[in-house]
Amino acid sequence: MQRHLISAADLTRDDAVLILDTAEEMARVADRPIKKLPTLRGRTIVNLFFEDSTRTRISFEAAEKRLSADVINFTAKGSSVSKGESLKDTAQTLEAMGVDAVVIRHGASGAPYRLANSGWIDAAVINAGDGTHQHPTQALLDAFTMRRRLIGRDAGLGKDLSGRRITIVGDVLHSRVARSNVDLLHTLGAEVTLVAPPTLVPVGVETWPCEVSYDLDSVLPKSDAVMMLRVQRERMNAAFFPTEREYSRRYGLDGERMAKMPEHAIVMHPGPMVRGMEITAEVADSERCTVVEQVANGVSIRMAVLYLLLGGNEPAVTHARTNEEK
Amino acid sequence: MDKHVSPANPPASDARPVLEGPDIARVLTRIAHEIVERAKGADDVVLLGIPTRGVFLAQRLAVKLEQITGRKIPVGSLDITMYRDDLRMHPPRALARTEIPGDGIDGRLVVLVDDVLFSGRTIRAALDALNDIGRPRAVQLAVLVDRGHRELPIRADYVGKNLPTSLRETVKVQLAEEDGRDTVLLGVKQTDQ
Repeated sequence: MQRHLISAADLTRDDAVLILDTAEEMARVADRPIKKLPTLRGRTIVNLFFEDSTRTRISFEAAEKRLSADVINFTAKGSSVSKGESLKDTAQTLEAMGVDAVVIRHGASGAPYRLANSGWIDAAVINAGDGTHQHPTQALLDAFTMRRRLIGRDAGLGKDLSGRRITIVGDVLHSRVARSNVDLLHTLGAEVTLVAPPTLVPVGVETWPCEVSYDLDSVLPKSDAVMMLRVQRERMNAAFFPTEREYSRRYGLDGERMAKMPEHAIVMHPGPMVRGMEITAEVADSERCTVVEQVANGVSIRMAVLYLLLGGNEPAVTHARTNEEK
Repeated sequence: MDKHVSPANPPASDARPVLEGPDIARVLTRIAHEIVERAKGADDVVLLGIPTRGVFLAQRLAVKLEQITGRKIPVGSLDITMYRDDLRMHPPRALARTEIPGDGIDGRLVVLVDDVLFSGRTIRAALDALNDIGRPRAVQLAVLVDRGHRELPIRADYVGKNLPTSLRETVKVQLAEEDGRDTVLLGVKQTDQ
């Protein structure tokens, strides 16, 4: 029985809808004076961050604490990892401490999979972003935000995103957010279109369950949600586009472009936003932009995932297929 | 995972009804009158049903209380799943809805409503959940059926029917809103479970 969350592609439609529905109930806890549930009392969760991430780490930490788990934060900087300790040794140390779950962020694609399947550790493993591979809880919180905005908070319960058209724009090549979203949105029945400069489209994209376009303006009028990606300069070791100005002109979202979107359509961004580059301040601050909601929804989604993986004697989430079968 | 599927044992085929539709209506009317009497007019009463069937019972009680007092009685639901003491003994359950009426429960008389009172553990969890939501003036408990076998020092303030059972028996409440008809069935537990 799988009890990890490594990839958005592992989730069945029913699992994904169960997570979204559970998150809807978790969101109600945030409205209470005491934002805490006793559900994971006595369980220990380690946030194992080999790569910097303030947003994701605090989001997981808030979710863990709201469920009353004991939380240990581990950042690679200044730890034994910087002295040369391997992932295996770190894992065995955590195992010896009796950890129930490990939330791992790693610069190398596949590190969470290795941790979950190596036999080094017995804990549940939750991928909080690995290299350019996957970031499943980000995809879940994005889907949650879309379902809430496009269908409605209560009206969306039990529903997927069938027939909705989602456009993902920008640096797809370096984006685990794009990969996870394509997988999950496809599972949930949405039609996904990727829009990017040809140099930022990954090799093998034709096998992904989505369309690819190089022209943002033609896709905008038929989009229910437009997700802007951050241009990940730190992962770019070569020139992928001539100038920032040219990128902005062709793939940036400004007020004029936003006006081409249908009335109900929303603008999303996983953050952190680079204002002026992929998104203008006018769009970022508009009513249609869901960036702040996405952050709040992230805590609800992570509470739901932690509850469903750790709340019982066995996880409620079954997986569509094991990673070996892929 | 369907949250409406009760994890309780299904009633045996030879289950016999101990309360029928008219009995349930009569019992709820009596409980409503008892609430008004004990709460001296039910001015500050808030009804909170425990999902699934407790919520329907709470809604029906609210209608009856309104008929008696002429005032609208706030009614909500309180899911206790996250507060259960046996969470780690089963796979996680899908969560049901917690809906607290707009004015909250601070300083109010909260009447918890459930279909069957058995071990008392559900009510213990409900009291914990209430603690996180606010500070009621007092908490009372109304149940349709009290089948005994308490494992905690908990008793109901309003009981529709006391039903002495053996642990080999099952009590299944069916309500029109969920099951298409109103009845309380007493059956014998299937041995192959």
